[in-house]
Amino acid sequence: MLKDITFGQYYEASSPVHKCDPRVKIILMLCFIVFIFVSQNAFALALSTVAVFFVLLLSRVPMKLFLKNLKAIWFVLFFTAVINLFYSNSGTVLLHFWKIEITTGGIYRSIFMALRIVLLIFISSVLTYTTTPNSLTEAIERLLSPLKYIGLKNAVHTFAMMMTIALRFIPTLIEEAEKIMNAQKARGADLENGSLVERVKALIPILIPLLISSVRRAYELAEAMECRCYNGGEGKTRMKQLRMSTVDLYAIIFIVVFAALVITLNIIF
Amino acid sequence: MDNIIEIKNVSFEYTDEQTVHTAVKNINLNIKRGSFTVILGHNGSGKSTLAKMMNGLNKPTFGDVFVDGINTRDEETEIEVKRRVGMVFQNPDNQLVASIVEEDVAFGPENLGLEPEVIRQRVDKALKAVGMAEFANSTPHRLSGGQKQRIAIAGIIAMEPECLVLDEPTAMLDPKGRREIINTLERLNKEKSITVVLITHYMEEAENADRVLVMNDGEIIEDGKPSEVFQNVKLLKSVGLDVPQTTELLYALKQKGFSVDTSKISIKDTAKEIAKSFFKE
Ligand SMILES: Nc1ncnc2c1ncn2[C@@H]1O[C@H](COP(=O)(O)OP(=O)(O)OP(=O)(O)O)[C@@H](O)[C@H]1O
Ligand SMILES: [Mg+2]
Repeated sequence: MLKDITFGQYYEASSPVHKCDPRVKIILMLCFIVFIFVSQNAFALALSTVAVFFVLLLSRVPMKLFLKNLKAIWFVLFFTAVINLFYSNSGTVLLHFWKIEITTGGIYRSIFMALRIVLLIFISSVLTYTTTPNSLTEAIERLLSPLKYIGLKNAVHTFAMMMTIALRFIPTLIEEAEKIMNAQKARGADLENGSLVERVKALIPILIPLLISSVRRAYELAEAMECRCYNGGEGKTRMKQLRMSTVDLYAIIFIVVFAALVITLNIIF
Repeated sequence: MDNIIEIKNVSFEYTDEQTVHTAVKNINLNIKRGSFTVILGHNGSGKSTLAKMMNGLNKPTFGDVFVDGINTRDEETEIEVKRRVGMVFQNPDNQLVASIVEEDVAFGPENLGLEPEVIRQRVDKALKAVGMAEFANSTPHRLSGGQKQRIAIAGIIAMEPECLVLDEPTAMLDPKGRREIINTLERLNKEKSITVVLITHYMEEAENADRVLVMNDGEIIEDGKPSEVFQNVKLLKSVGLDVPQTTELLYALKQKGFSVDTSKISIKDTAKEIAKSFFKE
């Protein structure tokens, strides 16, 4: 049951999006999010849609993986669409019952908002599908590194180290949780039936041993890190250097053109 | 200087609120450069406590430990001590920090602040030395215990230490994984002349060592070549240790009146020895 949690969504493929520097990718994704939000009319949003699907195709990640992510939030999507349906009363009335009326303006708005969310999910999935968790961590550390000028040098490094260790230990802890669950089941623990309160209670004999063993692991890991000359990141270098290439240049040109078009369309219509 | 590690009149005490427990009692010990030393002893005899003093992880309560002439007490030279004496522990899972093998091996050299190209070379060399080069881009949690432990060893070797101290590195492994680790260590010792100090519960692992130490209750009670140390079957048994099965067999034969040399340890030598004594009769 815990095995279903797929962790780190990286999808191995060789594409320009995969080759793009993770720092550039993060910034471009943020730009995309901003532009999707500032797309005020159908033309601008249509352009954003085309741009997003262009990136999707370019990434060579199968479409069904993106749809899978969408399925996870179908409720939010549905809710947004329904709320917005009643939000606007412009346009012609299509349906009228009691005090509620559904108008063409409402339908337009509902589709508009839902499409925005779909685009946001798609574009952020591209980032996680095409970047390994490690390069993502490193990119975040690099992007936040200017913070050291305001005295947060240690905070940035500590944050990155924490993410690296978390990524490394999640599979180990999942495996251990499974072992403990099986051990408790063998002793007759019932984890699947009963009321919610009962099931939460049944989790306690699993969480406590897991917590205790994690503390022991943390202690041993700290000693091992000390033996490997770790001293809080002071004077640390990196084996893998992030390098920008021509792919990144094209990506930046693409986003600039895209930005210009979105703004123009917003102003014209 | 002949000795990479010099331990001088060292004692170590664990202090709880009221009680003081002396885990290591006034030990004097020198580890020769390029040697292969095995430390044996039953649970709680102080092996881990002693090992952790060899790279300054534990500071002795009394006495001094010198690594390459550097006192492990000095705060400023702490890194110098740790890069000379690398440590590997029992559970490989709790020693790996990164989720990609080569990035994990790079962790030590990165902390030392080496140039990226130098780190790259060292990582490739270390992975080759433990026979894990083809797994450079895998993730540790897909590997077997023995493979993970070899990655942990590679992570230490990449710092190019002079000495490796391993605290029961094979305790959590299956026989195949154990063999892998011991072969790797014997190769590193011979080919790269890295000094090895191996703590273990398995007598067979001491077979090819230059020197065997037996600890009991915080003291070293035996010190010598494996063939000499295992002669003392009675003493070893009295401190809760087993001798290798081959020694046990020869010892039993001798007590029954056969004229065999009980210092043979490997299976082949033992078989020869028994055959020889049969033909003599
Ligand atoms: N952190 C600690 N606090 C208090 N006492 C400790 C601590 N660690 C170890 N001891 C005690 O010190 C003694 C020596 O322990 P040590 O771990 O060095 O033994 P060991 O030979 O490595 O045993 P094992 O074979 O079980 O690993 C033991 O009696 C143990 O109970
Ligand atoms: Mg121990």
